[in-house]
Amino acid sequence: FMEPRPPTPSSLPSKLTVNFVLPYAAELSKAEVDMVIVPATTGQMGILPGHVPTIAELKPGLLSVHEGNDVKKYFISSGFAFVHSNSYADILAVEAVPLDRIDPAQVQKGLSEFTQKLNSASTDLDKAEAQIGVDVHSALNSALTG
Amino acid sequence: MASTAAVPFWRSAGMTYITYSNICANLVRNCLKEPYKSEAISREKVHFSVTKWADGKPQKPTIRSDTPED
Repeated sequence: FMEPRPPTPSSLPSKLTVNFVLPYAAELSKAEVDMVIVPATTGQMGILPGHVPTIAELKPGLLSVHEGNDVKKYFISSGFAFVHSNSYADILAVEAVPLDRIDPAQVQKGLSEFTQKLNSASTDLDKAEAQIGVDVHSALNSALTG
Repeated sequence: MASTAAVPFWRSAGMTYITYSNICANLVRNCLKEPYKSEAISREKVHFSVTKWADGKPQKPTIRSDTPED
């Protein structure tokens, strides 16, 4: 049933083929684009055709897909990005939303709530959960304002 | 040779990646506008039954659910 992996071309392809999938839907399936910028844990990573094969863990942040002059932005909650030698990029995210679906008031509320929780947290687990809350909401905030 | 790989803060607090990822996803879902928020929350509801086994015999199953039992 599975298609064999498309072969690695001998010369650099001009487009990157992106499969951007979520657990419940495929946002992009074999879309040919110029570049994607993913929010890796090591920072924003740009992926162009001919990128070295990479596995990157993603942190909550902005994912942008660049095709010609169009840029589509999504906020992803977390996931992984795999770049293969044949210029295919597989991006797997648990939640990905276009920026206009995010409620800024909720983001601010969440940010102040979790900053408070972080200050009053006692156990390691509470601190970790509060820290995750702060990270996610700050990332949402910068995505909306940036 | 001790492994000195940097450990993420949630791992050192005893959390697994899947727990971390699910917490992030829930936080993002809570920050959505309606109607997307209710769609996302209803999409992620789960309902399942867990049966523990002892001595080769099933014990009483427990049902875990997001939908209230009526």
